Amino acid sequence: MQQATSGGPASTGTSPSAEANVLEVRDLSVEFYTDNDWVRVVDGVNLAVAPGQTMGLVGESGSGKTVTSLAVMGLLDRRMSRVSGSIELLGRELVGMDEGSLADIRGSEMAMIFQEPRRSLDPAFTVGDQIAEVLRRHEGLNRRDARKRAAEMLDVVGITNASERVKAYPHEFSGGMCQRVMLAIALACKPKLLIADEPTTALDVTVQAEMLRLMNELQSDFGVSILFITHDLGVVAEMCDLVTVMYAGQVVEASPLYDLYERPAHPYTEGLLAAVPDAEAHGGRLLAIPGTVPAPWQWPTSCHFHPRCTYKVAGRCDVAPVPLDVTGDGRLVRCVRHDEIALKGVKQ
Amino acid sequence: MSAPLLEVSDLRKTYVTKRNVWGKATQRLTAVGGVSFTLEPGRTLGIVGETGAGKSTVGRLVLRLIEPDSGSVKLLGQDVLAMPRKELRSLRAKAQMIFQDPFSSLDPRMVIGAAVEESLTVHADLSKADREQRSLDLLQRVGLRADQMDRYPREFSGGQLQRIAIARALANDPDFIVCDEPVAALDVSIQAQVLNLLLDLQAERGLGYLFISHDLSLVRFLAHDVIVMYKGEVVEMGPTAQLFADPQHAYTRKLLSAIPVAQPRRERARALSGAVLSSLIPPASLASAGVTQGGRPSC
Repeated sequence: MQQATSGGPASTGTSPSAEANVLEVRDLSVEFYTDNDWVRVVDGVNLAVAPGQTMGLVGESGSGKTVTSLAVMGLLDRRMSRVSGSIELLGRELVGMDEGSLADIRGSEMAMIFQEPRRSLDPAFTVGDQIAEVLRRHEGLNRRDARKRAAEMLDVVGITNASERVKAYPHEFSGGMCQRVMLAIALACKPKLLIADEPTTALDVTVQAEMLRLMNELQSDFGVSILFITHDLGVVAEMCDLVTVMYAGQVVEASPLYDLYERPAHPYTEGLLAAVPDAEAHGGRLLAIPGTVPAPWQWPTSCHFHPRCTYKVAGRCDVAPVPLDVTGDGRLVRCVRHDEIALKGVKQ
Repeated sequence: MSAPLLEVSDLRKTYVTKRNVWGKATQRLTAVGGVSFTLEPGRTLGIVGETGAGKSTVGRLVLRLIEPDSGSVKLLGQDVLAMPRKELRSLRAKAQMIFQDPFSSLDPRMVIGAAVEESLTVHADLSKADREQRSLDLLQRVGLRADQMDRYPREFSGGQLQRIAIARALANDPDFIVCDEPVAALDVSIQAQVLNLLLDLQAERGLGYLFISHDLSLVRFLAHDVIVMYKGEVVEMGPTAQLFADPQHAYTRKLLSAIPVAQPRRERARALSGAVLSSLIPPASLASAGVTQGGRPSC
């Protein structure tokens, strides 16, 4: 067995103290310029990832989870977007950092993998070249050493006959294998933070299962912290230690894994859990959340979820913005009624 | 026992993947290699499998949207494959299909009222007013409002569009609908709306569904019987409860064990790391979160 993470390949010189969070996002807001106006798409998000942990970021399309992660990576178009708040990676502030310094951090201290692995790889270069590229850029390796390390990385992500396969082009690989290559590129420089944005959504279930197992293994081997973005609560159950739920640009709940499923704190989380058929379900009806996810320019100034909420109370839920609150057991929830309503989780 | 709605036997389809210089086929891919099943009215048959298993091809072959190489398809007692094109058209009114992507199955330049009206093909004898009334009824049945009739598809969300697609499919009082991944493109909270609608319609009208999906939990929830396909072949087939409780084929077992279930205590392979949330987010940021929220500029 692998020993503690400090002995793994991740321990490279100056790591911060064990307690400090790898990533801390505070009051992050992102606005996009559309139709001659600024529209807020991420609204005061707080998020943290501790060393060696996997934080799940859950939400439906339009909830702002991908934009949040792109803001962390500094990948938003600066001319068309406005970012405010604070993003600290290993104690360094990323908001307002110049493009050159960000480029040094991206790929070395933080890396990201995306939903469509094939679209993220360059079809004109071999997978070996694409892994070697990050190593040459960030670690200044020469061509030969970089190629050698590329082959090692391919082996690490479980591609057999790696020394031959480095010469293959992305089109020769299946979707699952392309995602493994993406993971090899992301982990090549041993980053502290890996952002995985729906990494298995485009994959078949059996391939997804292998990919998730691989990510779990590599997380302990590399000591990397993961921000895992997904809409699939089954995948969250398998991968994450803590979960942050987003709805319409805001964090509505952040809870430890078991609590989230067994005792959801926010009505939206309850709705999400009830909307998927559970393991034994057959027949009957599903509980649908009425209505649809509103577009950013339709967000209410009060609770963003109240138009669809079955627990709403006129005069309380629809008057003022709802702050993110800490519950007695140390969870975060954005609901004025979280103390008074008993929400239903999944069956054991 | 009622007469079967659909009887399919030994349906096969192969595609030529390589030809030599004289145009002779040298390599073939078996998309569907011998599928047989029957579907009774008011029942749902689920077809599950991964990419390339041939499940969508089966759906299309059954409606003869693509021509099979061999086999037979009997819909409502009529042989679909032997039928001349013209008769096929009227039969298709009774057998409809819903696709995965509702955005691309509707004409972006046609308001949805007109889109539904257009599919009232077998009711050519109806007056204009009657047709409008009927399409309004259909749209209201799937949960849309009368004032939404003259809006364009772009003004609707994915879930609403899928319900509009269902309204179109219902226009000719079909007996049978092929649902090809009908909720795969939808958000979780919206999926349930569409699935519940499909369940209600089945109860009301005794519709038979061929429900094609990669999502085993969905199929388990909706289908009475299940076919598991792998690379064009049926590997296992049976009543849903039995198949899920006691899978016989190794591939079915592999598929079942691969589904991530939203039950963490059962799913975890790895122990939870012990960190507590409140320690993750410094109190300062929480306080300021409240402040920012309160002082948020109106935009």
